[in-house]
Amino acid sequence: MDFEWDMFTAALTSSAFVHGAMLSVGLAVCAMVLASIVGFGVALLRIASNRVATAVGGAYVWFFRAIPTLLVLLLIWNAGPQLLPALRDDWFTPFLAALIGFSVVEAAYMAEILRSALLSVDDGQHLAARALGLAPHKVLFKVVLPQAIKVAIPPSGNELIAMLKYTSLASVISLRELLTTAQSQVSVTFRYAEYYSAALVYYLVIVSALMAVQQVVERRYRWISAGRVGQVSGLKVGTAVPV
Amino acid sequence: MSTPVLQAVDLHRRYGDTEVLKGVDFSVARGEVKALLGPSGSGKSTILRLMALLEHPDGGEILLNGKQVGVSTSSNGSTRRLPERHLAVQRRDIGMVFQRFNLFAHLDVLRNVTLALTEVAGMSKKDAVSSAEAMLERVGMSDRLQHYPSELSGGQQQRVAIARALVTNPSVMLFDEPTSALDPELVGEVLEVMEGLADAGMTMVVVTHETRFARRVADEVMLFDGGVMVEQAPPNQFFDDPRHDRTRQFLSHLRGVGN
Repeated sequence: MDFEWDMFTAALTSSAFVHGAMLSVGLAVCAMVLASIVGFGVALLRIASNRVATAVGGAYVWFFRAIPTLLVLLLIWNAGPQLLPALRDDWFTPFLAALIGFSVVEAAYMAEILRSALLSVDDGQHLAARALGLAPHKVLFKVVLPQAIKVAIPPSGNELIAMLKYTSLASVISLRELLTTAQSQVSVTFRYAEYYSAALVYYLVIVSALMAVQQVVERRYRWISAGRVGQVSGLKVGTAVPV
Repeated sequence: MSTPVLQAVDLHRRYGDTEVLKGVDFSVARGEVKALLGPSGSGKSTILRLMALLEHPDGGEILLNGKQVGVSTSSNGSTRRLPERHLAVQRRDIGMVFQRFNLFAHLDVLRNVTLALTEVAGMSKKDAVSSAEAMLERVGMSDRLQHYPSELSGGQQQRVAIARALVTNPSVMLFDEPTSALDPELVGEVLEVMEGLADAGMTMVVVTHETRFARRVADEVMLFDGGVMVEQAPPNQFFDDPRHDRTRQFLSHLRGVGN
C-alpha cells in the first residue's frame, strides 16, 4: 500500500494543520455563541403576543433558512465591500466575514431550537414565578430560560458539530481553515490519502472533544442533589425518585 | 367591621363563548379561612387566579386591603389593566399554592424558597437563607434543603410550595386544590401544615374537595356552581343543614364517593 506514514505524521503535527484546526474551532464556537444570542432574541420575537414582533421573527427565520450559507458568505465578503466602502479596509478579514455570515444564518436555526425549548417549559413554572411577584424579565431569566436551556442542549450540540464542518465553506472567501489547509497541501504534493487522513483525524478529535464538553454541560443540568449523582441513571432525570 | 383583606366585587370572566364567572361577590377578613367547594368547571379555580392577579377579569373589581388592584384608574374614572411589571409588585402581597405544586424544577428546595426573597424582596442571600430555613422547618422540610423537586414526593413538594408562598409574608394565602394531585396517604401531611397556618391566624382561601378539612378549619364554606355562588354558610350549617337543594345534592354526591 502506497501510504507514506512520515508524510501523514508530518501533516498531523504541522503548524499549518494546527492553525487551520484552531481557526475552524474558533469560528464554529464564536459563531455559535453569537447565533445563540441573536437566535434567543428572534425566538422571543416569535413567541411574543405582539403581531409585528412575530412577523419580524418569522421573516428572519424564513429568510436565513431559505438562502444557502455559501451565498451569504459570498454576499458578505464580495458584495459587502462593493456596497459599503468601510468594509474595504484591512480590519474586514475573512474570519470576521465568515463569523458574521455563519452567525446570522445559524441564528435562524437556533431561534427555532430555543423557541421549542422555551415552549416546552411547563406553564405552571411561569404561573408560579408570576404568582411570587417576579418581574417579567426575572420570570424569563431566573425560571424559564434555565429550564429551556436543558432542552436546547442536545440539538444545539448537533448544530455546533455541523457548524464545525460547515466552516470549510469559508474557503470560498479565502479563509484557511482545516479542510482548506489539507486541500492546499494536496495541490502541492498530489498526496491525497496522507493529507485527507490527517484532516480526518483532526475532525474526529475535535468532535470527540465537543461531545465530551456537551456531556459535562448536560450533567450540570440534571438537577439532582450532589449525594445522588451516580445513583440515578441519566434516563431517570425528570421522573420522581422515591426518597 | 374592618376592611376585608381580599374582596371581589361582581367578578365576570369568560373564555371565548363560555361565561365561567357570572358576577361573583366574595370577601375574606383578616385571620379568616374560607373554603370554596364546587364541581369542576364551576369557576372556583378561576376566582383564585383572578384574585392572585394571574388573569384579568372581564368585569368587576378586586380589592386588596381596601385598595383596588390589577388596574390603573385614569382621571375620567375609566380603568385599564396594569402592565405585567406593575402587577408583579401587587402580587407580592398574595401567596398562591397550586394543585400541581409547580416547584421550580431547576432549583433545590432551599433555592425554591429563597428565590422570591432575593429577586423580589431584595433581601441579602444570607438573610434569605435563614428566613427560608425557618419557613422550611415550619413545614417539616428542613432535612431536604439540597434536594431537587424531582427527588421529593408530592406531599413534600406541596409543603415546600407552601413555604415558598409563605416566606414573603403575604396578607393572604390562596390554595387551589392543594391536595387533589396527591396520593391519598400524602394528603394528611399537607392538610396538617395548612391547619397549622390557620391556627396561627393566616388569612386563607382554599379551593378544596376535602370536606372534613373544610368543616374543621374553615370559618365559612361556599359552594360554587355554574359561575355563581350558590351558598355561603358557616361549616356546621353548610354541611348539616344547607339552605339550597344544589348544596344538598353536591354534598350527597361527595358522600357517595366516600367522603
